[in-house]
Amino acid sequence: MTDEHRTPVSLSGLSSNDPRLQPAARNPELVERVISVCFIVGTLCLAGFGACYWIDAQPWKLGATLGGGLMFLGIGIVAWGKYLMPRGPFVEERHTLANSDADRQAFAAAIVERGGSVVQRRKLLGGLLGGGMGIFGVVVMFPLLRSLGPLPKRTLQHTDWRSGSYVVDQSGRRVEVGDLAVGSIETVFPEGTENSDRGQAVDQTVLIRVSNEAFTTMKGRETWAPHGYVAYSKVCTHLGCPVGLYEQELQLLVCPCHQSMFNVTNGAVPQFGPAPRPLPQLPLYVDSSGFLRSQSDYHQAVGPGFWERS
Amino acid sequence: MSDVINTERAKKQALGPYGRVGKSLDELDDRLGVARAGRTFMDKIFPDHWSFMLGEIALYSFLILLVTGVFLTLYFIPSSAIVTYHGSYAPLDGQKMTQAFASTVNLSFAVRGGLLMRQMHHWACDIFVGAIVIHMARVFFTGAFRKPRELNWIVGSTLLILAIVNGFLGYSLPDDLVSGTGIRIAYSIILSVPLVGTYLAFWIFGGNFPGTIIIPRFFILHCLIVPLVIIGLVSAHLFLLVRQKHTQFPGNGRTEKNVVGSPMYPVFIAKTTGFLFIVGGITALLGAFAQVNPIWQFGPYDAARISYAVQPDWYMGFLDGALRIWPSWSFHGWGHTIPFEVLIPAVVLPGLIFNFVFVWPMIERKFTKDNEIHNLLDRPSNVPMRTAVGVTMLSFLGMLFIASSTDVLAKFFNVSLDTVLVAMRYLTVIVPILAFPITYRICHEIQTLHGGGRRKTPNVVARSAEGEYTATPSPRYVDDVPSHLEAAPVPTYIHEESEESGESGVRVVDR
Ligand code: HEM
Ligand code: FES
Repeated sequence: MTDEHRTPVSLSGLSSNDPRLQPAARNPELVERVISVCFIVGTLCLAGFGACYWIDAQPWKLGATLGGGLMFLGIGIVAWGKYLMPRGPFVEERHTLANSDADRQAFAAAIVERGGSVVQRRKLLGGLLGGGMGIFGVVVMFPLLRSLGPLPKRTLQHTDWRSGSYVVDQSGRRVEVGDLAVGSIETVFPEGTENSDRGQAVDQTVLIRVSNEAFTTMKGRETWAPHGYVAYSKVCTHLGCPVGLYEQELQLLVCPCHQSMFNVTNGAVPQFGPAPRPLPQLPLYVDSSGFLRSQSDYHQAVGPGFWERS
Repeated sequence: MSDVINTERAKKQALGPYGRVGKSLDELDDRLGVARAGRTFMDKIFPDHWSFMLGEIALYSFLILLVTGVFLTLYFIPSSAIVTYHGSYAPLDGQKMTQAFASTVNLSFAVRGGLLMRQMHHWACDIFVGAIVIHMARVFFTGAFRKPRELNWIVGSTLLILAIVNGFLGYSLPDDLVSGTGIRIAYSIILSVPLVGTYLAFWIFGGNFPGTIIIPRFFILHCLIVPLVIIGLVSAHLFLLVRQKHTQFPGNGRTEKNVVGSPMYPVFIAKTTGFLFIVGGITALLGAFAQVNPIWQFGPYDAARISYAVQPDWYMGFLDGALRIWPSWSFHGWGHTIPFEVLIPAVVLPGLIFNFVFVWPMIERKFTKDNEIHNLLDRPSNVPMRTAVGVTMLSFLGMLFIASSTDVLAKFFNVSLDTVLVAMRYLTVIVPILAFPITYRICHEIQTLHGGGRRKTPNVVARSAEGEYTATPSPRYVDDVPSHLEAAPVPTYIHEESEESGESGVRVVDR
């Protein structure tokens, strides 16, 4: 033991009937009784929780017993602290955190003069080390970025629709020209992708039969909608939600995410909401056996905008 | 016989006046030298004010998140592998779904206590973020962030961002229809960043959306990386708090140079432990009686399907609202697209808001030229400028939040979506602009009120038999700290009046 430990320390005390040590409660006996009840009920609830878990009771019983138990114990403990413990007030001095000027200067000098001058004197070494660390910082990103995932390349620019892809529904059945009644809608995919992640997310297309004859949604698309079958990308051009709602009377496709509305008869031009572009239209044809097929891929990238989208 | 007693007494004597506990503490002090710091810590004073509990709510709901979260990891399977469901929830029988979704349904229906734990976890998250926001508001409006506490303001704001991010990650894990749509939107938001957006998105998702790696990645982030960072920052937050000591409201002998309140041990420990139990209890009761995120009703995620009720958790509402009301301006040219319709509301706007929050203490210092240390809090009405800025910001966020339910509002008021959209666009601008002068004015009005900020006790008015009225103030509230008493340092010992009467209260111990 050092000498310091033997120096007398002064402990401040208060007399037991000091008003600051009295409980806040006006009637401590009553409060104590209430707290006892809280503790008893809380303990019973928690035991009940154990029993409920044991017998595999319904979830709400588990929650009620656990919650009730914690609440009663908690209220009891808070009341104990608030009403039965010394009410105070007590005080603690604050000491300024700032050190003396001498200490501060010594600290600053250590950094600026001692450390700084070492580097100043060996500029070459400093530069070389800095360069090495810089290179390290860059190359360490290589394995990280490569492991994170592939580069986008042009995968966002096209879908799996090809010239001659069969139009199939969710179960993979090829759609024939007689399948949809006028006014009905179906989600379709290029054959072979209907069960793949990419097919679901990128290739998804809404097929709507708007009439019985070839339909023109826009100038230059006269041949795209044979027998009234119009097909648009189902990926909203705002943020990519599936444009799943079809308002037949208004001929609108509605995106439930932020309520963008696209005009089905007019090239899916957005009529309302935050979507900036029409849904791309898929050119269709009907082959000699009566199956719906795509003339080509979409002519623009589907879905939301991105920098490389031309 | 007397020998036995004597040895017992000798043993007691050898242990010293504080018995076994004292002896163990001596041993500990020999090795770590903790006596002085430990004593100071137990005497640490906590100011008594309800608003100081807000940070505690955040802390305790975070503890509940950790405990319930560990339970969930025992059953949740973070995998996008497709399985066919044959579990105890009949309506989904035979459906194809990811293991993540199937294991969450199992947690809800087959695991004992699983549904309760899931719902408690979700509720604790909502409470966590909510408590942080309200805690932050109290720190802001009372000026607790001023010098020397700017650093803790920055640590705290970072915690808010991390809490929101981790909430989103966790919400996404079950891979249900609603949360999957949320991930899709997040992916598109990342895509919108000029130049690097597609690279970022591909790196985060391991390729094009959705891929099969995002659930396992979110799982690692949600259960390991982000919580570790939160724990680190919460520790830093509390360390700074102890080092710099609490702020306090002025009055009753409180000065810039002291802290008045209850000591850590035993009063604060009791109150705060009880409070932990109460927060736990409320979470459990919510988990028991308030259904939250019933993923089995939404069904498994399928990129080509959509549910009608797409709504994120509340703390994401302001982003969703901004995306809804921002106009569809997009740039297209020179072979490139800049999706301003996404970039501005979902990237630039939150960036601006959070940067504003981070640098607010510096902005304020610039305007007030006040470089003093502040330990006494402001009453919000005494600083009308700051209060008005805060209310403006909150009302702006509030309007964005309301804007996230344009469709619900249109249905509720039976007006067209168009009307609601236009109305919300105007309101989001007008309400905050009006909020500023109104708040400023109200603050000035409050300043002129007499006795503002003091706890009021009712006067009891009685009419005597002669018809004379008398008003007597009722006694103070039981839990009010008595204002007539002068605050004393926390006593080390308490002496009985009978044996040591008249002593000054200082005892010298030779060690
Ligand atoms: C994980 C989230 C958080 C936790 C667990 C937490 C916890 C706490 C606790 C327990 C206190 C003690 C006093 C009180 O409750 O008022 C405190 C004080 C403080 N917090 Fe937080 N907090 C969180 C987030 C924040 C945020 C978002 C901010 C602001 C941007 C913030 C700023 C502060 C400041 C400046 C103090 C010192 C105030 C004073 O001494 O009066 N905290 N925090
Ligand atoms: S994603 Fe369709 S409107 Fe936003």
